[in-house]
Amino acid sequence: MDKRVYLETQAKEIRKSTLECIGNLGVGHVGGSMSICDVLAVLYYDQMNIDPKNPKMPERDRFVLSKGHGGPAVYAVLALKGYFDMELLKTLNQAGTSLPSHTDMNRTVGIDMTTGSLGQGFSASVGMAKAIQLDKQDNYIYAVIGDGESQEGQIWEASMFAGNSKLDHLIAFTDYNKMQIDGTTEEINGIHPLDKKWEAFNWHVQVIDGHDVIAIREAILAAKKATGKPSMIILNTIKGKGASFCEGNVNSHNMPVTKEMVKEAIEGLN
Amino acid sequence: MELKNRDLRDIYTDLLIKYAKENENLVIVEADLMTALGTKRFAKTFPEKTINVGVAEANMIGVAAGLSNMGKIPFTHSFTPFATRRVFDQVMLSVAYSKLNVKMVGSDPGVVAQLNGGTHMSFEDVGIMRNIPTMTIFEPVDGVQLHNMFPKIMKHYGPLYIRLLRKGFDPIFDENQEFELGKATPIKDGKDVTIFATGIMVSEALKARLSLEEQGISVSVVNIHTVKPIDQECIVREAKKTGAIVVAENHNIINGLGSAVAEVLGEQWPTPMERVGVKDMFGEVGKLPYLMERYELTAKHIESAVLRVLARKN
Repeated sequence: MDKRVYLETQAKEIRKSTLECIGNLGVGHVGGSMSICDVLAVLYYDQMNIDPKNPKMPERDRFVLSKGHGGPAVYAVLALKGYFDMELLKTLNQAGTSLPSHTDMNRTVGIDMTTGSLGQGFSASVGMAKAIQLDKQDNYIYAVIGDGESQEGQIWEASMFAGNSKLDHLIAFTDYNKMQIDGTTEEINGIHPLDKKWEAFNWHVQVIDGHDVIAIREAILAAKKATGKPSMIILNTIKGKGASFCEGNVNSHNMPVTKEMVKEAIEGLN
Repeated sequence: MELKNRDLRDIYTDLLIKYAKENENLVIVEADLMTALGTKRFAKTFPEKTINVGVAEANMIGVAAGLSNMGKIPFTHSFTPFATRRVFDQVMLSVAYSKLNVKMVGSDPGVVAQLNGGTHMSFEDVGIMRNIPTMTIFEPVDGVQLHNMFPKIMKHYGPLYIRLLRKGFDPIFDENQEFELGKATPIKDGKDVTIFATGIMVSEALKARLSLEEQGISVSVVNIHTVKPIDQECIVREAKKTGAIVVAENHNIINGLGSAVAEVLGEQWPTPMERVGVKDMFGEVGKLPYLMERYELTAKHIESAVLRVLARKN
């Protein structure tokens, strides 16, 4: 199968499962989950060295969702990859679940770092990449941060240190959907020009269409070639991408979702 | 290793070097205070195991969490306020909630901050760390205790806060003394009253004891070096034996050792008690003798507290 068709198909499946995961509960972080499905498809179906049957494999690549509220999309890809049963997706945020709103490595098989307080996961991913550098290992740390999250000071503390430390096995993405809880990022506290900021912190920076799986794949390959610098791939995305009821809608951050809305959105995807 | 009459930071750095030779996973994570805390010697011996993130304490803790997540054993260093209150959320979530193994050292606790003054004088750090589930809090009294506890610290998996004195203080313990995390260390036995003391207050408690014994009062002195988990059994045992308790700490009397002891006694063996510590005040600039007097932390203040509690006994 053509790579684009294959990865787009996986991204669509992740979107459908994400919608079902949140829809079964009736409320959740739809917007920021749907906007990262394409990068998750490329990472988990093409780029990451992982083994769902051996989720703690020491030499595996790691994925850190620093914007931890996008958990449902990661749970969807983990279930689709076979880390756990698809049925588990229905338990999101239910009492006693192993799938909490924000990703938690001690609760969910396949999660590599606990996140939820914005800025912190990224710092941890820098520490993880530092460990790889110290041990002269070949694996990669992938991290996704949010654009609203980029207002956190800790992001820039970590960015400065990673750039100065030349952590070239750290490949980070910004889910630049340009929206946060209270409005657009430019209205609230603008982060533009984001690429210039990362360049100034000694990162290798690429800006791409975050919903183009081939562009994402090529950017990751280019990031791996860029030695001596960590990589930031800024994904221009649309919040709620693929959820017909909220795509591009600032209210999609955390919203009620009925089963009918999910059904209609999935029909739209198909 | 020479343990008497040396600054604790020198002993501490010796210990880091010693254990880094034995355990390849030990690394240190710094936030531009290596010169103050004396860890530069470690950096010279193990430059590749020294990670200095600059003046960025939140990132120091985050990076340490990430290193631990990959199997390293990171020791982080800062002054007590920046090792705790500045990074509370990072310690809470990236380290403790994430079940990672980071050893966090805060130096110059309480009045020991001296000329750094109120901004650096944490009377709240134990309270902050005590609120974090799974946290262990250890405040060594002298070089022997730090040295002899260190293997236990290395073996312990989980978040651990060391409230470290930088400079030298009166040696208290014999070099062969054994210590366990979570187990209080009795120093002197007595039957009329028990003083629980930690850190620099142990030597004050011993001075108070000398004076009280001269007055015919038999005083038990116990060092609680591990404020969390607290040695409940020892506290209740002493309360049953003497029936009067004084707690002495270089910290706010709210949420520190005094509170921890009161919680145990209140639930298990209500006993008259007095707390010697900082009475819910901010710090200020000064040298140690002035500050000890200012915040009522001297042997004389402990002695008064003993007399007060004895008056309430029965």
